[in-house]
Amino acid sequence: MLAPGTKVRVKNDWPELRGPCHIRTPHYLRGETGTVVRHLGDFPNPEDLAFARPAEKLALYHVRFDQPAIWQQGKAGDELIVELFAHWLEAA
Amino acid sequence: MNILETESDRLLVAVRGLLAAKGIATPPEITERIRITDGGSPAQGARMVARAWTDPEYRALMLSDGTAAAEAMSIPMRGLPPLGVLENTEEVHHLVVCTLCSCYPRAVLGYPPFWFKSAAYRARAVRDPRAMLKDWGTDLPAAIRLRVVDSTADYRWMVLPRRPAGTEGWTVEQLAAIVREGDMIGVTIPKIA
Amino acid sequence: MEKDVPRAMHDLGGVSQFMCETVDTEPHALTDFDKEVDAIRQLLGMKKVMSVDELRRGIEAIPEADYHRLSYYQRWIRSITDNLLVKGVITEAELRAALDAG
Repeated sequence: MLAPGTKVRVKNDWPELRGPCHIRTPHYLRGETGTVVRHLGDFPNPEDLAFARPAEKLALYHVRFDQPAIWQQGKAGDELIVELFAHWLEAA
Repeated sequence: MNILETESDRLLVAVRGLLAAKGIATPPEITERIRITDGGSPAQGARMVARAWTDPEYRALMLSDGTAAAEAMSIPMRGLPPLGVLENTEEVHHLVVCTLCSCYPRAVLGYPPFWFKSAAYRARAVRDPRAMLKDWGTDLPAAIRLRVVDSTADYRWMVLPRRPAGTEGWTVEQLAAIVREGDMIGVTIPKIA
Repeated sequence: MEKDVPRAMHDLGGVSQFMCETVDTEPHALTDFDKEVDAIRQLLGMKKVMSVDELRRGIEAIPEADYHRLSYYQRWIRSITDNLLVKGVITEAELRAALDAG
């Protein structure tokens, strides 16, 4: 379980290149570093639900990112908060 | 030609017929479902906001458990996605988007508006939101921090906007009447008409 | 940043192609077609025939040009049909017969 305040990196993985998939980690976050806001609960993995496969319940987190750092544009202090599943996050 | 490329109106007619023939979804069930869905509207969310503005305990509930707060207003939530509520403050303004599709707090706001589902909104909200908000005439002060929430998973998000000045002593009905759909997504800020 | 790796075409956050497009903020009423497709999607979900995740997968499988050409609910009926076929709820022969009859 990731505690609030934990620094995490979103895996720089691209399952889209390996075949049909359903991914809920936006492209713009792959490889980016953020901070865990809180654990939102445990939910079945949508990557499996999308193909009617048995879906394991995974921890879902709200993770905060510095918006200008991602886009090289924008106002300092502005943030993006995104729901991300545990298997997409690694310690930063 | 791939059968899926068949014109949409014809696909609907065919699918409607097949689902009825197989007892999966009959015309009366479809009609009833449309009637129920049409009953949803931003007015439900507006009533929640107005109550939060006047009742500190309800406000606390809304922020800690949006689903329970909706149910407390007789909005059925069983089997529906959990509702998260984002509190606007003097320092922070929230904006909700679903860049991947169109996840929207339908249970409390009704059908998502056309713009929420558009490519322009989904693309710009996470990358250039302050400029995009000007398409609604919303000019966020530089001193306010903007927090864009991308709905990528199981939660559905609505904004609890700040109560505007000049509404002291108003009833919940009067307050609810000035809360618009856009105020609860973050593209506009409530104002006195 | 927009990565060098190709993104899935529905993954629209920050995509340069749309950054200069003004948002159409006007309300556009749903048509009867829209409402019926929406209702069918809900019923299929309630009856555990097709999940919202499967709907999304079907939409994401639409070729890019069609994705942007089709309206929101036109994408839905295409995905619903795709899923009903893939899951064996209807057969292609049944669908062709229904299209010919319609």
